[in-house]
Amino acid sequence: MASWGEARDSRLIGKRVTRLSGAEKATGRAKYTFDINRPGMLYGRILRSPVAHATITSIDLSEAEALPGVKAAILLIEPGKRVRYEGQEIAAIAATTNDIAKDAIRLIRFDYDELDYVVDVESAKADGAPQIRDDWMGNQSEPRVDERGDIEAGFAEAAVEVEATYHAPVQTHVCLETHGNVAEWDGDNLTVWASTQAVFGTRQNLAQHFELPENQVRVISEHMGGGFGSKFGPGVEGIAVAKLARKAGAPVKLMLTRKAEHLVGGNRPSMTQQVRAGATQDGRFIAYDLSGYGTGGIGAGAGFTGPYVYHVPNYRTEKSAVAINAGSARAMRAPGHPQGAFAMDSLMDELAEKLGMDPLAFRRMNSDSDPRRNKIRQAEYTLGAQEIGWHRRNSVPGSGTGIKKRGIGMGCGLWGGGGGPGTQARVTIHSSGAVEAVTGTQDIGTGIRTVIAIIVAEELGLKPADITVKVGDTEPGLPSRGSGGSQTIGSVAPVIKTAAIAAKRKLFGHIAPLIEAEPMDLRAAGGRIYSAADLRLSVPWKEATGYLGMETISEGGEWDENLRVGDTAGVQFADVEVDTETGLVKVIKVVAIQDCGLVVNRLTTESQINGAVIMGLGYALLEERIMDGQTGKMLNANLEDYKVPGTMEIPEIVSIAYDTDRKITGIGEPPTIPTAGAVANAVYNAIGVRIRELPITPDKVLNALS
Amino acid sequence: MSKEKEQTQGTPISRRNFLKGVGTGAVAASVAPTVLVGAETAAEAQMGDKITRAEIKLNINGKTYEVEVESRTTLLSVLRDGIDTGGERVDLTGAKSICDRGECGGCTVQVGGKAVYSCMTLALEAEGKEITTVEGLANGEQLHPVQEAFVQHDALMCGFCTPGFVVAAKSLLDQNPSPSHEEIKEGLAGNICRCGTYPFIFEAVKTASRKIGG
Ligand code: FES
Ligand code: FES
Repeated sequence: MASWGEARDSRLIGKRVTRLSGAEKATGRAKYTFDINRPGMLYGRILRSPVAHATITSIDLSEAEALPGVKAAILLIEPGKRVRYEGQEIAAIAATTNDIAKDAIRLIRFDYDELDYVVDVESAKADGAPQIRDDWMGNQSEPRVDERGDIEAGFAEAAVEVEATYHAPVQTHVCLETHGNVAEWDGDNLTVWASTQAVFGTRQNLAQHFELPENQVRVISEHMGGGFGSKFGPGVEGIAVAKLARKAGAPVKLMLTRKAEHLVGGNRPSMTQQVRAGATQDGRFIAYDLSGYGTGGIGAGAGFTGPYVYHVPNYRTEKSAVAINAGSARAMRAPGHPQGAFAMDSLMDELAEKLGMDPLAFRRMNSDSDPRRNKIRQAEYTLGAQEIGWHRRNSVPGSGTGIKKRGIGMGCGLWGGGGGPGTQARVTIHSSGAVEAVTGTQDIGTGIRTVIAIIVAEELGLKPADITVKVGDTEPGLPSRGSGGSQTIGSVAPVIKTAAIAAKRKLFGHIAPLIEAEPMDLRAAGGRIYSAADLRLSVPWKEATGYLGMETISEGGEWDENLRVGDTAGVQFADVEVDTETGLVKVIKVVAIQDCGLVVNRLTTESQINGAVIMGLGYALLEERIMDGQTGKMLNANLEDYKVPGTMEIPEIVSIAYDTDRKITGIGEPPTIPTAGAVANAVYNAIGVRIRELPITPDKVLNALS
Repeated sequence: MSKEKEQTQGTPISRRNFLKGVGTGAVAASVAPTVLVGAETAAEAQMGDKITRAEIKLNINGKTYEVEVESRTTLLSVLRDGIDTGGERVDLTGAKSICDRGECGGCTVQVGGKAVYSCMTLALEAEGKEITTVEGLANGEQLHPVQEAFVQHDALMCGFCTPGFVVAAKSLLDQNPSPSHEEIKEGLAGNICRCGTYPFIFEAVKTASRKIGG
């Protein structure tokens, strides 16, 4: 059975290894989909609905088609059909330059009959609201009810109760590389450069749509500029660009505009929940009754977690989704968790306060019903409390003096991330000594390329830079899953590891007789192959591979579930300063402790934790899609009014990639979960007034204080 | 770009009529181009209600390129969409188009030694000035100290914002070789990174500052 061995024997695993693609990215040489310029390439653009709800009555492409430089125009909706949100696709064109494409879009004549729309959740729920989805009665989905224990008995036992309503807004992904593709046909063969989290999934969707065998479609994603859950499959724009390319007989690039990215590129659903909860006098969380909903726009799903992390024996939850005339939600970094965690951790603090207990002590008592996770979490509490200086918090919230008040709070999260079977990979050793590792995953910025190199290099006694890693291409025919759910490393690493072991064994078998050693005595380290039984039997790597002559070693691997683990626990603490005159919340410090199982690359893991915390800070303090009831449009579909964290909002972040196992876990998502709850609790600790609605903007703080 | 000129000129219908028809005539820039191409008469060219085309020389990373642009063409699109050098195409896609309206810094390049948003700079405005893009910072395989430090500190994840940050950081250090933590934050406040690489960017800039001798 394969294992990752002991930490003391690891040369590379768990160390800080710089990214293989670092120099390419820092020099601008890295080519993203947005950067692909093919000979004779055209520029695609989409005409989108300017209104939230309408029946399209006519579309006339003729003037646009007649504009010099326009090479193809297609409809993306048939007249007579409804558009149901601002930004929905109407038509697309391809032209010789981007500017001509823009002009051509303005020349498309179209008409529509406007229909009543609704863009806020409360109005959508009201009687008589315009019907948005054809498959629902009204605009609210059938609620999903979950029950456990005896909720009435639970409340009867409770000594204290809290009733509260928590709200989180819609957040958009804001991938800096917008969704998009470059499509090129060669006869019936289609090549698509895609900004995607799933090259194989995208290939399958394209093959199905164009009724082609999979091997006639190639999808490439060498580098991609962020997905966060929103980039699986080609989308409307991916199908459109391939159609335009076919019609024009030329390659076409079509990347969404920044505005379209906000409108149609996906979002995290909102959450509104009313909760009643109880705890016993001795500090047991005993009863939890929740009723809540969220909106995923015209999408059907708006789920969120709750109860969450903490153990409660008696509960009843009722959750539903509400449709509005806005772009559909998509998976977004730990779907459902950050919104649920914010509410849950706020509630835990409120209960603790009613009991007169320290919120950390209250959490410790009720922490996590999963025994493995609980053990890790308890240790994380201790570590985090030390790092942040938990004792410094105001024992009476809001009791600090002065205009600027400090406070400390905490939050928790959990996630799966164990990966699964279905990846194929090959590790190839050439007689020149060159080593290649190939698989059909994709590097979405997480650093999987470097992780693959580390694993192979560790096994073969080489340096990561000695390994050529090829990912992000369907051509080699080695499928892997989409990069979602923090599943990439858990899915890919075991296959790479076993492939590297197999390749190494083959090499050992080949050269052992030549150097008069036993294959089982051979080891690979420090760029040499030597016999552990007789250290004099030692050859440099290249000499050893030279013995292969005309032969090439190329081995596949197996997914081995013993090499990975899921179910991770994370804890975060935040130290904030609230200006009671301006209402501005400044985060001073965040301590993020993330259970990482076995850390492969500590450097890129810390990057991921930093990044997740920062996205969580945006969720806590800045980000919110604002829909205008008067026009049905999104008011802040840009990067100025939709505010994501910039340099000025970055606190000191202590990211601790916590080693808890010798098995691999993916952690791209979980460290974004606890942040908003920790910040909200810290703000309460600072000012003594609770803000139950994200983002915690200055107006809310000032209102709360007055 | 030259290919497109032929197509535009070769058609009997002038773009002007089309654009007038949709009320976008005012898009024509007020910047006076060096050479006007495609204007039927000089008077027409000066009317300012037509998208005029000009041949200009741009000095990019130490080389001079002749490019044909419209008055509205941004420097960013000249760089990214490829320059036809009458043979080999030069694609300088390091600078990224992220917001295309001056909100993110992804398109940052240096013009005349100063960091600018190339999406907010007309190609015409950059004529006669030295333009340095992220591709022009390394000396062959030898990375610029800022680039080296970005790699060393993992100040990049997806890397899409990275070229903009690298140029912005270099410009900051050009002006202030040893910035404090707060000065680094302020100096880079015009750039956005969605992956959240900021903490390691701050470290990278400090390391680069030390290397440069600030
Ligand atoms: S692309 Fe120029 S500032 Fe955003
Ligand atoms: S590294 Fe991805 S946006 Fe900055």
